[in-house]
Amino acid sequence: MKLKSITIYLFGVCLAAVAFSCSGQKMGQGNPTSAPSGGGVQLQGSGATFPKPIYEKWVNEFGKLNANIKIDYQATGSGAGQKALLAKTADFGASDDPMSNDDLKSASSEILHVPTVLGAVVLTYNLQGVNQPLKLSGQTIADIYLGNIKKWNDPRLAVDNPGVTLPDGDILPVYRADSSGTSAVFTDFLSKTSPEWKSKVGTNKQPSWVTGVGVGAKGNDGVMGQVKQTPNSIGYVELTFAKANTLPAAQIKNRSGEFVDASIETVKAAAAGSVATMPDDLRTQITDAEGTGVYPISSYTYILVYKDQPDASKGKALVDFLWWAVHDGEKFAAELHYAPLPAEVLQKVETKINSITNTGKPLRQ
Amino acid sequence: MATTGNMFERRRRLTNAVMTALTATCAILVTMLLLVILFYIGARGISSLSFEFLVETPKPVGEGGGIGNAIVGSAMMTLLAAAIGLPLGIAAGLYLAEYGQNWFGNIVRFLADTLIGIPSIIIGIFVYTLVVLPMGRQSGLAGGLALAIIMLPIVARTTEEMIRLVPNSMREGALALGAPQWRVSWNIVLPAAASGIATGAMLAIARVTGETAPLLFTALNSRFYNYYYDQPMSSLTVQIFNYATGPFEVEHAMAWAATLILVALILMINIVVRLVTRKRY
Amino acid sequence: MAKTGALGDTIFRSILLIAAASILLIVAAILVMMASNALPTFERFGFGFLVGREWRPAQEEFGALPFIFGTVVSSLIALILSVPVSLGIAIFLVEQAPQKLARPIAFMVELLAAIPSVVYGLWGIFVLAPFIRNYLGPVLQNNLGFIPLFQGRLTGIGMLTGAMILALMITPIITAVVRDVLEAVPTTQREAALALGATKWETTTIVLGNAASGIAGAVVLGLGRAIGETMAVTMVIGNSPQITASLFEPANTIASLLAANFAEATDRLYLSALIEIGLVLFLVTFVVNSLAKLLILSVTRANKEKQV
Repeated sequence: MKLKSITIYLFGVCLAAVAFSCSGQKMGQGNPTSAPSGGGVQLQGSGATFPKPIYEKWVNEFGKLNANIKIDYQATGSGAGQKALLAKTADFGASDDPMSNDDLKSASSEILHVPTVLGAVVLTYNLQGVNQPLKLSGQTIADIYLGNIKKWNDPRLAVDNPGVTLPDGDILPVYRADSSGTSAVFTDFLSKTSPEWKSKVGTNKQPSWVTGVGVGAKGNDGVMGQVKQTPNSIGYVELTFAKANTLPAAQIKNRSGEFVDASIETVKAAAAGSVATMPDDLRTQITDAEGTGVYPISSYTYILVYKDQPDASKGKALVDFLWWAVHDGEKFAAELHYAPLPAEVLQKVETKINSITNTGKPLRQ
Repeated sequence: MATTGNMFERRRRLTNAVMTALTATCAILVTMLLLVILFYIGARGISSLSFEFLVETPKPVGEGGGIGNAIVGSAMMTLLAAAIGLPLGIAAGLYLAEYGQNWFGNIVRFLADTLIGIPSIIIGIFVYTLVVLPMGRQSGLAGGLALAIIMLPIVARTTEEMIRLVPNSMREGALALGAPQWRVSWNIVLPAAASGIATGAMLAIARVTGETAPLLFTALNSRFYNYYYDQPMSSLTVQIFNYATGPFEVEHAMAWAATLILVALILMINIVVRLVTRKRY
Repeated sequence: MAKTGALGDTIFRSILLIAAASILLIVAAILVMMASNALPTFERFGFGFLVGREWRPAQEEFGALPFIFGTVVSSLIALILSVPVSLGIAIFLVEQAPQKLARPIAFMVELLAAIPSVVYGLWGIFVLAPFIRNYLGPVLQNNLGFIPLFQGRLTGIGMLTGAMILALMITPIITAVVRDVLEAVPTTQREAALALGATKWETTTIVLGNAASGIAGAVVLGLGRAIGETMAVTMVIGNSPQITASLFEPANTIASLLAANFAEATDRLYLSALIEIGLVLFLVTFVVNSLAKLLILSVTRANKEKQV
């Protein structure tokens, strides 16, 4: 009898604890507007894995400077990030691929694209005994991912890589199985450099990969992990992932015919040409850019926010974070191999951030 | 009979011996596999374990970090699941055993078995649609609810079976003394079946602690300690999944260490439960 | 006094009834939610959805066949690998091993069932996949490479790896059920055979015959579990929706597809297609599990009647 009373009592305590926790936040329709339980402001961000290392660094550093603002960034992929923003399950999204017109139209209110950094999509590979970086062109990469080039010692690869002994092994291309901005940038480059790719697959966040050619992985992390584990594989990831795992990144042929390494300089060069023609909404692709010393698979990456923020305190925290990121945050970019925004673009970004409002009033005074 | 040496006899005895050896091999093979898996977890996990690992939150790659918030998150969501799933499940099981010998009880019994068999990812999708979307974000509440839905039919069926084991003589004795039906169930039958029900409950809790798929879209993940249920919540299982599928060696090591904790906990529950029930015989 | 009892009874019974009804409600709600969300895809593709070979979200083309293929084949191979071993263990535990040996072994086999799916996946990525890539795969390809099953690119990730992990995961379930079924066979059957001079193994074959439909049920139950398995599979199967004869090539299953892509389906038709394929999974597990139950019950009930 006593044991049962104790059990019931304990159980009641647990229920009360749970109820108390739940009651800390009003659960209503759409984005909750009251402060989260426990005080302070909490922001939820969701999206691309391409900028994950630097975004994680940013939220960590920003959190050190602003103890009452907790920003949680979950790298679920560009597609999932866009969806989370549209479904309002996240306060901001992140994507390397700008949102499509259709998606923007379907949103409940205007969505802004805020570029934060520039990065490079590199082709990383796991080849024993090959120490120099491989030279690849858009055409050869397309052929690999189309299944036209099946072995590493294919003559088409040897043409660009004289003096390198490539093994007689099957190539295993690794692609993104999830909806990915990195895929969009990668396929955009391939579409621009290979007519066959353009007609067969095209540019997309979730391209219809040729059946039987490769293996799918989730996120930049997943692709990197797969390449690292599997000999004779090749995959496309953001530069920092390849660097952090000490795997090589191929030199890619750009429009001027040079084989270029991915680096902050070459990515900056790719962005330089885009600055003049950047549209007002800042959505653009800079793949296969004109110029010398240009890395042809470069890309901006964006944070996506609603122009009109429903919650004043959250909105203020968000614009403060964005402002800090594109100014102070950029100093963390170099060590993680991301390129900072060009000065002219930064000006436009500042205008965008200043235009974010809450009930019509700009949040940054 | 054993001395008869004709060929037919010998073949039969040979077949017998061979088959015995084969089946023994199967048993040894599988037992070995379990030990190999546990060994791997132990060997690879132990090197990354440290006090910091157990209390810190995840940090950017290379800066250390730990699974403290994942442990707390898993515990909180399992607690919520138990708070909802155990009473509902025990009540449902009691109904099925005592009052459920009719068409309705049969349907519920059948559906409970169905619910047990539904892949947990579908339960996750269900709770996403029902709770995450209207609420406007992922949360520990949604994660706990998904786990509760998984727990409910398991607890119901095991409770039903345990209650069925209570001999009718106990019920009849109490009824004969004038107790109302509900008193019989509450004061006589339940206590008698209590240890069996507790066993079922513990096993269900162990099962639910190891679930990953239903938490993917409902609780998502978090880099922070969360003491309230209204925000995305980290969990051991999702964290192991994220670390395991990434490229970084340090994260792999953390995945093994987290696995060590998780498996140690689940196995401990299973071992304790089975040891305790064995003593009763 | 009697009045209070009756009121108490009604209240108590109502509470219990609500609890039981909640199970009914939940299953109904899941079905309704899935069916209504799957409607757009069903309207567009009809039953062609099930046999369509191309899954292209970008072009709004959704054919579920590669995933159904992956699910079915990986589960079948898992069964082929697991059933003989599970049967062997169950027979060993029930018919042959002495009690002192049987209990710890049975216990350890049950512990296998307690290990979470994600842990199997982890072990699969870092232990099993390299093993297949470096040892098992080359052996099979060099010796049996003329069979299409063993051709294809050997990476360690693929259909075979997925199937092997599944086999490991369903073995404890099949073993447990076969044990129950074998124990349900009355000892009189065994004693009769032994009295007639049968060896232990021959007695066992008779018991197996008696329990045949229950064993079939155990196998089907294992199938049901394998079909729905998500995490371990998605970590080792390669996420490539292709239909091929090779065991080493990557593949994809329905559950794995849902885990990887549900979070990002913005387009209404894409989301609907994912839910419809989830509904297919739900219905298949439902049918398989119900069949399993029927088969198992037929043995345990029949033998209960015999055991009077």
